[in-house]
Amino acid sequence: MSDRRYSKDHEYVALDGNVATLGISDYAQSQLGDIVFIELPDVGRKVAKGKEIAVIESVKAASEVYSPVGGEVVEVNPQLGETPALVNEDPLGRGWLVKLRVSDPGECDSLMDEPAYSEFLKTL
Amino acid sequence: MLDRPAVVEPIDDDKIPATFTGNRGLDQEEPLLFEIGRLDATGVDIEAPAPVVPRLGALERSAPIGLPGLTEPETMRHYVRLSRKNYSIDAGLYPLGSCTMKHNPRSNEKIARYEGFADVHPLQPQSTAQGALELMQTLADWLMTLTNMQAVALSPKAGAHGELCGMMAIKSAIAAKGEGATRNVVLIPQSAHGTNPATAALLGFSVRVVPAAPDGTVRAEAVRDALGPDVAAIMLTNPNTCGLFEREIVEIAEAVHAAGGYFYCDGANFNAIAGVLRPGDFGIDAMHINLHKTFSTPHGGGGPGAGPVVLSERLAAFAPVPFIRRDGESLQLIEDADGAESFGRLTAFHGQMGMFVRALAYMLAHGGDGLAQASKDAVLAANYVRASLRDVMTQPFGDRICMHEVLFDDAWLRGTGVTTLDFAKAMIDEGYHPMTIYFPLVAHGAMLIEPTESESKASLDLFIATLRDLALSAKAGDMTRFTQAPRLAPRRRVDETLAARKPVLRWTPCAAA
Amino acid sequence: MRYHPLSEADRSAMLATIGVPAIEALYADAPAETLLKTPLDLPKGKSELDVERFFSRLAARNLPASRAPFFVGAGAYKHHIPASVDHLIQRSEFLTSYTPYQPEISQGTLQYLFEFQTQVALLTGMEVANASMYDGSTATAEAVLMAHRLTKRRKALLSGGLHPHYAEVVRTISRLAEDEVETMAPDIRAVENVIAEIDDTLSCVVVQTPDVFGNLRDLTKIAEACHKNGALLVAVFTEAVSLGLVKSPGAMGADIVVGEGQSIGNTLNFGGPYVGLFATRHEFLRQTPGRLAGESVDADGRRSYVLTLSTREQHIRRDKATSNICTNSGLCALAFTIHLTLLGEVGLTRLARVNHANAVLLAQMLADVPRVEVLNETFFNEFTLRVEGDAATLVEKMAARGVLAGVPVSRLLPGARLDDLLIVASTEVNTDEDRAAFVAALKESL
Repeated sequence: MSDRRYSKDHEYVALDGNVATLGISDYAQSQLGDIVFIELPDVGRKVAKGKEIAVIESVKAASEVYSPVGGEVVEVNPQLGETPALVNEDPLGRGWLVKLRVSDPGECDSLMDEPAYSEFLKTL
Repeated sequence: MLDRPAVVEPIDDDKIPATFTGNRGLDQEEPLLFEIGRLDATGVDIEAPAPVVPRLGALERSAPIGLPGLTEPETMRHYVRLSRKNYSIDAGLYPLGSCTMKHNPRSNEKIARYEGFADVHPLQPQSTAQGALELMQTLADWLMTLTNMQAVALSPKAGAHGELCGMMAIKSAIAAKGEGATRNVVLIPQSAHGTNPATAALLGFSVRVVPAAPDGTVRAEAVRDALGPDVAAIMLTNPNTCGLFEREIVEIAEAVHAAGGYFYCDGANFNAIAGVLRPGDFGIDAMHINLHKTFSTPHGGGGPGAGPVVLSERLAAFAPVPFIRRDGESLQLIEDADGAESFGRLTAFHGQMGMFVRALAYMLAHGGDGLAQASKDAVLAANYVRASLRDVMTQPFGDRICMHEVLFDDAWLRGTGVTTLDFAKAMIDEGYHPMTIYFPLVAHGAMLIEPTESESKASLDLFIATLRDLALSAKAGDMTRFTQAPRLAPRRRVDETLAARKPVLRWTPCAAA
Repeated sequence: MRYHPLSEADRSAMLATIGVPAIEALYADAPAETLLKTPLDLPKGKSELDVERFFSRLAARNLPASRAPFFVGAGAYKHHIPASVDHLIQRSEFLTSYTPYQPEISQGTLQYLFEFQTQVALLTGMEVANASMYDGSTATAEAVLMAHRLTKRRKALLSGGLHPHYAEVVRTISRLAEDEVETMAPDIRAVENVIAEIDDTLSCVVVQTPDVFGNLRDLTKIAEACHKNGALLVAVFTEAVSLGLVKSPGAMGADIVVGEGQSIGNTLNFGGPYVGLFATRHEFLRQTPGRLAGESVDADGRRSYVLTLSTREQHIRRDKATSNICTNSGLCALAFTIHLTLLGEVGLTRLARVNHANAVLLAQMLADVPRVEVLNETFFNEFTLRVEGDAATLVEKMAARGVLAGVPVSRLLPGARLDDLLIVASTEVNTDEDRAAFVAALKESL
């Protein structure tokens, strides 16, 4: 299993070489409720750290997803168009959102690891 | 105060035998038009057309449309049955905060249907529509008097369209001063209607959020902090969406003007102050007036409305076409402002004439004194509800005087397992339309109640007694009354997730199979 | 006051509960200097009888369409509306309900909106339609903005056959939203070459058919040219009854179809309220403005309707919403739906044929009148007449003879030097006598 790192906005990235898989945490999906639609970026789009990369919609809310690292979109989860509920069911696995070729893998270092994120959640 | 009224025991679905028709008592199931209509049926008898050589070129339709029809008796039954699945202000108190569901006088409906108004074309010669123009001018005069403003743009079709009109005038005024490139920010408080940021964004402004003070209002100091040479305007609702009067509004207006900006006032809540206070005295530059709220033109299940905009001297020149000019004895509708500063045109014709008639009829029936009384009674009713429920429900900004609507939050439900949504749905089983919920966003689990001046004291007392009973029931842990609600409505809770995940927005023949 | 149930005794009791001495105390938060010291200079309230008298006097100074031979169109049309339509829309449950935010007690509104959306989609030949816009002109502006969002381009091309007021509405919002618009010259005979103007900088091309001069336009080739350049075709109509007889814009390749629905179910009302129709392709749903009613089920599994895809809308998405529209034209949409249900396909087709036939009859009669010329090759129920002299003066003269003859083009396009053109509409309400009166008044007034 790859090393998963979390942001304070509840996104995670899992780095494999210089490609990061990006998604939202289990806590985030539970807060959003039933997800009905996900707006994903085009492959090839360059995203700066901290900028909007996707929008997740539940029935009564639309929430922006910010990329915790900068990079270029190399793949988006093709199943989410048909089955956005995957993000509710398996946010860390089949419900991933985007794969990014990371411009500076060092950016991940500033993110929280699993135990740190768990501690962070307790403060909310 | 009344005791809780005798309510029929909740229906135990197990004991009710399925009916042959699927109907339950007076609650009748009704299929879609497309399931009962027929392609060869019609409810309109039309004489055969005169035989002519068509002039349609090659564009005559050859494929069928697929539109079913019904005869007149079937049409009546279909839509009457559908109507019976709706709640209405005529049937009961409709406490939707920020929406103003007050009585809709039927005299206004009758007058709007006078041939001399309903059957007049917007482009027939103006000499044959002087009465219509006179009516519009009279309405404009009333609006200017009530607001102490210098001009009115009548054409906006609804509140949000009025916002667009006002902000277009502001953008034009800024451009005329040569500041178009620099002033591109609009200040909007957190509690604003969604239409405010949507309108600002539509015109390319970026939105800077002004925080509210702990008492739910906006402080002049917070506005001053947000002001700068990049600010075009502030959009502020007064009374605000928490039902509170913006105490520092005059100071805010002065600060905005001193910084070279304009003050757009969202007039959605004008019904709290009409005849008592004039927005022009606060120092505003533009404000839309929802005729379908303050002046009681019917909401019609979502529209139509009308959103005339009053303008200050500084903005009057930028008003859209058309506008009326008095020319001796006659009135002239100016439809083309060639060379003038008018920002342009908002809609094809002159605005919502049908709503103008109703609104003016409402104004004349009330008179200046009656309008003030309506505002005061609305404020009185909201405060009465507040005072009668403050010991069982909580208010986000403490217990303080409100205007025409009272805002509760869900702090008092914490630990009960009942949510604001559950509470709202339980009201349906008691025969009430729920209040506005989850708006404004600044209150957690918001419940915004606007009883209006149309309710008698007995009606308010019954409503209060019902809400008290529900509140106590929630605190006592009677969960099924909430989580299962509604049980007595034409429908139980509807699956909104399914609707959004797999949108079905029209009938199709295959889906019916 | 007959609309205020509270008595003075009630008010006193309520004030006691609240704990304030007088209603004025409830306005304590208002700056003291702004509280009105004296009543406003407005009349006192009137009885219902007096209010009705006031309006009767005003109404008498207007000439209603049904009191004269009537040929005025150009975006609003006089049609006969069955009495049951107005009866049904005045039912309390439709007239005095709010936007159906609580679906459990709003199925009536939600189901008719679902029916309305289906009827509009069928009529326009499109996949989906929304639950209405304010009117045809604002729907056109919304279509242009939607095309900008979809194509990520910001330039629209408007045909010279588009209703000049619609074009002005689009230009106004575009100028203030800092988008580009090009408007082609007024195109009286539908001869403009739209295709030559299409390139890959355009987000959309806006073409009306029947156009404002009455000509029918084949959109097929324009749609192809748009699509080749990555642009969208926005098709506009102002006379919904024409769709009963003319090929639908959807069948000709339009991507967004918008129009005025007034002529089905809604009276002239001196310009409003009307009902804007908005239809498009399913794939563009997420960028569609306005409300949408969708099908679902309730907790007991019964088919139900509910407002859906609300995350597009201002009350959720705020500054990122697809439009700022909130209140729409719900009750006018209901009138449209009921009238169209009464008509059905057979009724609508026949109504459209009668309209066309009446216009053809009038055009034939005018062909024999000296010093006037019908300019159209094709038309549905409206055409453009070239007259000798000033059409606006002619209209006034004919009005003095009791005939409402049409719309002078100079009223829609002042300064365009088209003062000798008159747009004439003829619907099912016109009789042989009306046509004879028209021709007689025309001859006398020329």
